[in-house]
Amino acid sequence: MYTPDNILTTTIDKAVRWSRTQSMWPVTFGLACCAIEMMAAGSAKYDLARYGMEVFRASPRQADLMIVAGRVSQKMAPVLRQVYDQMADPKWVIAMGACSSTGGMFNNYALVQGVDHIVPVDIYVPGCPPGPQSLMHGILTLHDKIMDGEINR
Amino acid sequence: MKKDTRKNKFKDKFDFWATNSEEGGWNISSTDEGSQKMLEEENAKQIKIQTGTDVIDDFVIDEDTSDDERMIVNMGPQHPSTHGVLRLQAELEGEVVRRVKPIIGYLHTGMEKTGEELNYFQGPTNTTRMDYLSPLFNELVFSLTTEKLIGIEVPDRAKNIRILMTELNRISSHLVALATGGMDIGALSMMIFGFRERELILNFFEKTTGLRMNHNYIRPGGVAADLPDGWQKDIEEILKIIPEKLQDYDDMLLDNPIWKGRLQNVGILTTKECFAYGVTGPSLRASGHSWDLRKAQPYSGIENFEFEVPVLNEGDVFARWRIKVLEIFESLKIVEQALNKMPKGPYKIQDKKITPPPRKRLDESMEALIHHFKIYTEGFKVPEGDAYVAIESPRGELGCYIVSDGSSKPYRMHVRGPSFCNLQALPVIMTDSPIADAVAAIASLDPVIGDVDR
Amino acid sequence: MSSEIINTSVEEYKKLVESLHSENYEMMVDLTVVDWFRKKEPRFEVVVQFLSISKNQRKTIKVFVDDEGLSIPSITDIYPSANFYEREAFDMFGINFLEHPDLTRILMPDDWNGHPLRKNYGSGRIPVQFKNAPKVE
Repeated sequence: MYTPDNILTTTIDKAVRWSRTQSMWPVTFGLACCAIEMMAAGSAKYDLARYGMEVFRASPRQADLMIVAGRVSQKMAPVLRQVYDQMADPKWVIAMGACSSTGGMFNNYALVQGVDHIVPVDIYVPGCPPGPQSLMHGILTLHDKIMDGEINR
Repeated sequence: MKKDTRKNKFKDKFDFWATNSEEGGWNISSTDEGSQKMLEEENAKQIKIQTGTDVIDDFVIDEDTSDDERMIVNMGPQHPSTHGVLRLQAELEGEVVRRVKPIIGYLHTGMEKTGEELNYFQGPTNTTRMDYLSPLFNELVFSLTTEKLIGIEVPDRAKNIRILMTELNRISSHLVALATGGMDIGALSMMIFGFRERELILNFFEKTTGLRMNHNYIRPGGVAADLPDGWQKDIEEILKIIPEKLQDYDDMLLDNPIWKGRLQNVGILTTKECFAYGVTGPSLRASGHSWDLRKAQPYSGIENFEFEVPVLNEGDVFARWRIKVLEIFESLKIVEQALNKMPKGPYKIQDKKITPPPRKRLDESMEALIHHFKIYTEGFKVPEGDAYVAIESPRGELGCYIVSDGSSKPYRMHVRGPSFCNLQALPVIMTDSPIADAVAAIASLDPVIGDVDR
Repeated sequence: MSSEIINTSVEEYKKLVESLHSENYEMMVDLTVVDWFRKKEPRFEVVVQFLSISKNQRKTIKVFVDDEGLSIPSITDIYPSANFYEREAFDMFGINFLEHPDLTRILMPDDWNGHPLRKNYGSGRIPVQFKNAPKVE
């Protein structure tokens, strides 16, 4: 039987998961030091565009991924939750850096001790601040997680 | 008088909408009641006090403007071009900004409280995270204040390393300011360019200190480690590449009619306004006043270096952009001199009570082990007293005020962040200018919110 | 660069600031508060740094604020740059700056209780717990 060579066969499940990992658009949620490293990851040398991720969306409605880059204060926490709620499903969260993962070295009245108190977190990226390479490793780990995980979120 | 009637009109309108809406309890009040109330309660007299005596308040409520054109727009705290989590409440009349109120505190980290719990040896770890674009300056000012309280002077090599590192840091900080400033106004190539050159300097920092940012490298008593092998080569490369790339920026932007039209005569800040609002650093120098703490009140041996303080007279956003490029050239001069006359000798003071012994001594000497243990657990004691030391950070006067009660932890540690003070001038810059220039105004002041909120 | 320290009282504070302003001290650089809890009476000390650019000099004013009322005149009408600093001092220590145009919390949320930088306000340290760690009896 003749089959043209530009047809691939796969399962719909796999296709959906694959399409989710490619061009996963992050919302700009730069808070502190880590935001600068996030911008460095997006710019020339490290080039997040390789993963189709260089478009940091200003509107949460157009974004799939929230990279919480920096320390989350008590005053910022409601805002962060609101931005997360406004994002369309399916959505993922990366807690970038020690402060957003656990509160880091600032164990005091002003900071939320880990952003997982407010929103569900998929990947924690360690470091203070994590270099662009660490952030990319976190993103690739998230891709693996999506490829291996459930399609229904 | 006019204001009150206006408010009532608004109220009637909202009530009318609220009562006649089918959706029922339509929430007419803002979610953030406090700040909404603040903006409403300001009357003319209070605005006068707020804007100051020296500043001409040209905000006039136009009798003929219809209420439909006046609205309050909220910008931030999550916004890509506010350089962090700054929130602005702007009252617009059509497209013209009439009043602006910066609302800060979204990144308040409680660092001054944490600083009271860490001892002097751990202190730079805390302060370095305040102004995250110029971390080495924060460490330097904390170390200088501590050294002033103890009354010690660091060796020449340590001083020279400090100058070398901070001036490199000034270049990298200005590069980010140029890059993000360009991005905000739409020159996206500038963003890519600025971050590309910054990597060059960060690579050197990573080699020397172990981290790209938040180094904890400058500590009371000297620096944490000596410069790595072959550092001269890296610096020579930086000195060769950065001026070439700066030429690229000039080719791209200096005679660019769009860039000029967008920035010239926008957001003018006069010298008098700078004094009134405590604006220091490049913004003051762009307003025509030559004031640089490196020249006026030199620190860490910078008086031995030859450089000039660039001054521009326009005071607009273009001048504030241009002066950063000129300052990078001057910093490169200092770096070159630091490279050429780096003295030999110890990189930290040889007082065992203040700086820890080298790692290899721990295996040989019992005494060294004791000193090491003492410093890392208890820290060193600082005599009673208080001191305020200021240095010239890339954003202006960065001061540190420490009160010591004789123990090994500061009784009170306060950092005067330049961005905190410079941000107060934002309403002056933005008032009565189109809303499209607002972003240019914020970018030109170059605030770092970590420094504002601490 | 050492600065000349002037100790003064609340009553004469504003007059002194006015005279400094007329003596070409163009900038109010920094305003902060030290809490001498159980160490000194009265408890709060306001420390203000002034800078004269034309004379290249610094001056420091130190004022102890009375425990009753905790109030001190505001200097925003002389130096507008004091605005944010006085709000910060109000937020962090609860010092009332009289006739300040807009004395509200600046760093903490509006509905926050207490003044965090006071010495009797705990740092809010939460004991670190590791998730799924076995309990130690």
